[in-house]
Amino acid sequence: MADTTITRIYAEKGAPGAAAVANPDPRTIDPIDRVESGDVQTVEGQLRIFTQELRLANEGLAPEDRRNFCDHPPEVIKPFRGFWEKFLNWARSESLWILGFGTGCGAIELRPLMTSRFDMYRYGIQPRPTPRQSCVFVIGGYASVKTMKRIVPSYEQMQGPKFVLGLGSCTINGGMYWDSYNTVNRLDHYIPVDVYIAGCMPRPESLLAGFMELKRMIKAGECEGANKYAENFEWYKANQKRIIKDWNMPDYNW
Amino acid sequence: MNAHEALQTPPEVHAVFKDVHLRFGVHGLEEVRPDQAYVRVERDDAVTLLTHLQAIHGYTHLAFFTAVDRIEDGVFELLYLVHNYHLRHDLGVIVEVPREGDGCTMDTVHHLWPAAATYQREMREMFGVAFPGCPRVEENFALEGWDELPPMRRDFDTREYSERVYYARPGRKTHDTREHMKEKIYPSEAETW
Repeated sequence: MADTTITRIYAEKGAPGAAAVANPDPRTIDPIDRVESGDVQTVEGQLRIFTQELRLANEGLAPEDRRNFCDHPPEVIKPFRGFWEKFLNWARSESLWILGFGTGCGAIELRPLMTSRFDMYRYGIQPRPTPRQSCVFVIGGYASVKTMKRIVPSYEQMQGPKFVLGLGSCTINGGMYWDSYNTVNRLDHYIPVDVYIAGCMPRPESLLAGFMELKRMIKAGECEGANKYAENFEWYKANQKRIIKDWNMPDYNW
Repeated sequence: MNAHEALQTPPEVHAVFKDVHLRFGVHGLEEVRPDQAYVRVERDDAVTLLTHLQAIHGYTHLAFFTAVDRIEDGVFELLYLVHNYHLRHDLGVIVEVPREGDGCTMDTVHHLWPAAATYQREMREMFGVAFPGCPRVEENFALEGWDELPPMRRDFDTREYSERVYYARPGRKTHDTREHMKEKIYPSEAETW
């Protein structure tokens, strides 16, 4: 596997240097190696890494894997001012690429939306296969803890500016699964949501209305979900980790 | 086989019942349909009985294997439903295991039906029944990182758990369906109800 190869290369590179010279100056130590120093095992160490060094501890990963993943929290990217941002927003709103990931039963309503009767392509909306190519994440109904564990990295992997449509009552307050042991009640506690479409299930007309509302909001510059996520990153991450108890992925999936 | 024949229990089935009653102390026969019956057996005899049914009497298909929580009696009822393709007959074998403590365990049958390992893995996760020796039984099935009481046990309060862990959105209302329909959907017909 690639991971073990990289680890081995690092080890071969690091071992002779460490054996030959004992280097006391912390500034010259590779920051990647500082993560390995055992601090991530303690809460104080994690806090210090996060607050002083502005890095993520990634304590869910095995120590040898940590150096392979990003340890930077997301950053706020301020919108431009004036006409240029308005032009960009217009362009963004007219080309919405949705992440084709059926996260719940509501995803069934996306099929008639794509095909000839409702034909979302005429509004510049089309599905894409990967998060990296998409800008709209449609959460198709109920989100269980297991799905949430996939939704969070998918959302984080999408490039900004990115928008989230919550489809169906389940994303709003849990819907008919409001007292389930496994279904989250409020999606906006885990990722920022721009537009909710109520219904169980909402018809494709409602979805189109939701997309039109999203377009209006983008043009008005109201869809700052990615920045909201970056600003409140600790809060979102704490909420996510509260339900995803076997957190074995990087803290920020970029 | 025509429709008339389908309504009769095949005579071979009664021979099977008699045989397993004498050999394994099977009791509590309940014939709910001509093609479906349930029997009860002690826990220690269950795997022997199932092996016998599979190898000798042609009940070769495990349709499903599940548990029922009889909390009032302090037992889980484990139900193996096996099917005989030749006789077109379903036989449910019911075994009782205690709900609590070290006794909440059952012998594995994955050597008879490999698919039973998946059922047993799910049952360990959802009910907490142990199946020692079953492959991959300790792995997660549907839940990931669950550290509470198994959620399908009836003493697990799912609403309390949901309120404690997930963030309930305030303002949720529950309507009485009958009253709500009277009021909102059929107001003109309400007096006739």
